[in-house]
Parts: sequence; C-alpha cells; structure tokens
Amino acid sequence: MVAVKLKVSDLNFGYNGKTILDGISLEIEKGDIVSLVGPNGAGKSTLIKCIDRILKPQRGTVYIDGNEAAQLSSKDFSKMVGYVPQSTTEVFPYTVFDIVLMGRRPHIGWRVTRNDVKIVSRTLKFMGIEEFASRYFDELSGGEKQKIAMARALAQEPEVLLLDEPTSNLDIKHQLEVMNIVKKLVWERKISAVMAMHDLNLASRFSDSIVMLKDKKVFKVGDPKSILISENIERVYGVRAEVIKDSKGMPYIMPIEPV
Amino acid sequence: MSEDEVFDAEEVYARASWKKTLFTLVLFVAVALLAVFAISMGAASLGMGESFRVVLAQFMPTEEVSTFAQVVVLQLRLPRILMAVITGISLGVAGAAMQGVLRNPLVSPYTLGLSSGAACGAAIAIVLGVGVLGPGRYIIAINAFLFSLLTMAIVYGISRMKGTSIETLILAGVAMGYLFSAVISLLKYVSGHEELREVVFWLMGGLYTSRWENVIILIPTVLILTTILMRYSWDLNAMSAGEEVASSLGINVNRVRLTCLTLATILTASVIAFTGVIGFIGLVSPHVCRLLIGSDHRYLIPCSGLIGALLLLASDTACRTMISPTEIPVGILTSFIGVPFFLYLLVRRKRRWWQ
Repeated sequence: MVAVKLKVSDLNFGYNGKTILDGISLEIEKGDIVSLVGPNGAGKSTLIKCIDRILKPQRGTVYIDGNEAAQLSSKDFSKMVGYVPQSTTEVFPYTVFDIVLMGRRPHIGWRVTRNDVKIVSRTLKFMGIEEFASRYFDELSGGEKQKIAMARALAQEPEVLLLDEPTSNLDIKHQLEVMNIVKKLVWERKISAVMAMHDLNLASRFSDSIVMLKDKKVFKVGDPKSILISENIERVYGVRAEVIKDSKGMPYIMPIEPV
Repeated sequence: MSEDEVFDAEEVYARASWKKTLFTLVLFVAVALLAVFAISMGAASLGMGESFRVVLAQFMPTEEVSTFAQVVVLQLRLPRILMAVITGISLGVAGAAMQGVLRNPLVSPYTLGLSSGAACGAAIAIVLGVGVLGPGRYIIAINAFLFSLLTMAIVYGISRMKGTSIETLILAGVAMGYLFSAVISLLKYVSGHEELREVVFWLMGGLYTSRWENVIILIPTVLILTTILMRYSWDLNAMSAGEEVASSLGINVNRVRLTCLTLATILTASVIAFTGVIGFIGLVSPHVCRLLIGSDHRYLIPCSGLIGALLLLASDTACRTMISPTEIPVGILTSFIGVPFFLYLLVRRKRRWWQ
C-alpha cells in the first residue's frame, strides 16, 4: 500500500533577493527514508527547515496527510513533525533527561504527567542512552549529543522525522549507529524520515529514495540504484566518480577527481 | 557518581524533581528566617523579643509595646525588609528570564541598559526637575520606570531591524547603556551641589527610602509578573536549545522573546524605580541556581528570585547594622558579598553537591 505522507508543492524560498530554493516539488511516502543530496549550497538544509516551518517559504505549499501544513497550529504541527538539527549546543547546564523531556513540549501544559516521563524513559531506552539520563549534556561526546537530539525529536512522537545532516560530525561507528536507529525507527513506528545527507554512501545504504538537488531545483528523484550513477554525480557535483556495487548490490561511490 | 546510581530514568527524574522542590522550599524557609532575624537588627537597640511583641501587638491588642518600638519596627524595619525581599525576587527572576530568553549567561538588567536608562530618567528628574508625567511626589520613580521601558523598546526596535538577532539585541543594550551613562555624566557635571549628591546616591542604590505605600504596590506587581513568567518555563527551556529547535517544538520564538523581555523589563523597572541601581543580583542569582539545581526554568525562576531575596536582604541588613547609626549603600555590599561567592562557585563548579 502506498500512501503519501508528506508532499511539497512548488516551494520557493529566498532572502535578501537571493533565491535558495526554486520550485521544489516532491512526495514522501509513509514508512520511507528519503535522503536529500547535493553539493554545498544546493539547499538541502533550507528545504528541511522550510518543511518544518522554521523558515517561511515565499511560495509553495507543504501538505501532511493531504492537509495544508500552514493551516495547522504550530503546536499541532509539532506533534506530527520532529526536527533534529545538524548540531546542538546548550548554553546552560541541562540534564539529558530534561533535554529529551523538552520534546514533550507540544503535548504538555505546565505539569509533566507520568505518561510524559514514561515516554521520555522509553525513548532513552530505545536509543540505548538510558544511563545518561542524569548526566549533563555538555559532558557528552558529539555522537552522544546527536543521539540525545534525536531522542528529543522522538519524544515528540512525530509521524515525520526531519534530520539535518545527522552524521556529518560523527565518527564512523556513531554514523552507523545513528543510521541504524533511523532505520529501526521508521520500520517499527511506520514513520517517514527525511534527511539532508552529505555522505552519498550512507545515503545509498540506508535510503528508500534519493532526492538530488542541483542549482536550487530538484534534479532527479528515485531509488539509490537509479540515481547514484556516475553521470548524475558528475553533473550535480562536478566530480568524476566510479560507482561500484557493495556486497548487497547497493551503489558505492568512489570520487576520483573534480572535472 | 554515587554508588547507588540508578539507571532507571523514571526514578532518576523523580529523584531530581523531588530534590529541586526541596531546594526551593529550603530557600523559602531561609528567606523567612533571615527576615525574622533582620527585624531584630538595627541601630535602635530593640531585641528580638521586643520586635516580635510589636508585630504580635498588631494582631493581639493586649500586648503592651512602646510607641518608639512600634515606629522602629513597623515604619522603618518591616517595610525595608519586605522591600529587600521583593526587590531581590524581582531582580533574580528578571535576570533568569532574560538570560534564558536570550540564551546568554552575561545578560542582566544592567547589561541590557535598563539600569542606566532608569538612572538617566531619575537624574533628569533630580537635576532638571522634569518628569515625563509632570512634577509630583513620584517624579523620580516614574521617570526611572518609564526610561527603563523606553530603553527596552529602543533596544528591541534596533534588533528588529536586523531580524531580531540576539547578538544585535545585547550589543544594542550595551551601547544604550553607555549612551545613558554619558547623559548622566553630563547631568552630574551641570548639576548643583545638592542635586549631585542625590544623583550619586540614586546611582549607588539603596533601600533606605522603603515605605509601606511602595511595598503595597510592588508586592502584587512582582507576584503577578513572576507567575506569568513561570508559565513560560517550558518555552524558555526549549529556547535554550536554539531558535530552530524551539520553533520545531511549536514555539513562536519571536513572540515568546518579546513577551518575556517585556515582562522582565516591567519587573525590573518597577523595583529599581524605587531603589536605584542595584547591580549584580540580576546577573548572579540565576547562575548560583544553575550551578546548584541546573537550568530547568520551572525551578530556576522561583529559586533565582529567592536567592536574589536572600542576597539582597543579607546585604541590606549588614549595610544598616555594620557601622550604625550610619549605613553603607547596599549596591556596594551586594557586590562585595556576591562577587567572591560567585567566583567561588564558578571555580569549584561542583553543581551536583546535592545529589
């Protein structure tokens, strides 16, 4: 069964007279992991932020379950869509538990219910970071911080998870851990995930669908095998690359030289 | 890390919450005890027993007390103690809210130019005799209050032109502070002997002018504003993770920022209009609390207020008793007591002593 969870239609965004996104349209199906790829400045992060209403597009509409996102109250919208920033900094000391509890903000009034505490605790367990509950955020490593930011978004209980370059500051072990969590999450909870990705090989291994952005526009959309080919990579990134198959038959990209 | 550390997150949270609640209660009791102690302290040699009899006599007419004791306790000490508590709460709460909403640990009513604005308004009233709402008994307080609000309006207006960036807002505040200081210097330069003395006193801040009529206006104002600010605790918590995260959690960042800054400004302005510039409390109280109980604004806001009350009441009591019958302006002592304590906490940085 195919159901469109999230639809972006003819979205334009720019500031100071500079266009960043130009007529972006795409559809994301329920239970899919979609990677947005493209060179620096192609608008990957901006698109993520426009979908999450962090930035307000000049034109275009985002639909969630067929409803216009802009018509929802910000609270209702935040119950449906979670966002994980590229990196998280906390100026003030918060414990890990308190940070993940912030994800319950759309659901709670002033008082925290037992249910909220349970959800946070379950999320920490799901992420395998329960032993950090009482630790202070600034004492943790980059990989741990990324997991906590993800846990906060999960505590929102969203149906769509947006991740802005979730692996870009992590070592290879944490990269794989984070991606496995995304995969497990999408599988178990039947949610959709949209990620801005730099690493084409991680995108290849973990995505159901790849959206290639070039010059502020959608260049190509499709499954990794059909999109991650030498010709596309050369045209989008300006890099000659060799694409081989990994053991599971997924494309593996070896960049050779700029053209 | 203690040995009996539990890995059950729910229990960890329950335990931490209970400890923070306990900490708040302890602070509350400490303020009350200090106030009781402060009633019996002063230039006039009235002991604790006699002071209490005066207070009791208000409720039980059978108690016999001298008129002198009554005047000292009821007209001098009590309003002043209440004023110290209210002012401390206001500055502590406003400091916590401002730091939280601007995500900056250096922010205080002082750094944002509010104190300088108030001082400038007061100096204009003192030196030139000009009041925004015309002359009258409260010309200095009203001028100080309105100038404080005006400063925030200007600072916020400037930051709006640059897309409401936090950096612009803070720098605009610092700049406005300098501008108002220059105006104050000019006014001091042209003022006569008596006025100069009065301006200097105002700038040092003090609670010696505390009167019942001020206290009665301020108590409800401070309680209401603090309660409203506390209702924004969750938004402040989320905003400390950055604007983008806050916005993705369903918070209208700009609206919350404007609301909290306005409330904190009114809170600050209404007390410093009567007390003059009392620095440091607004900056240091939130930090002391964060080092002790973390940054959750549900606890931080009330605790910061109570720490502020504790600091100011302790300082003021010392000020009026140390070299009695004269006294030291309290602003001097808050820094003398507060700075070393703050530096000590900063260097030790052992914020989990209570766990």
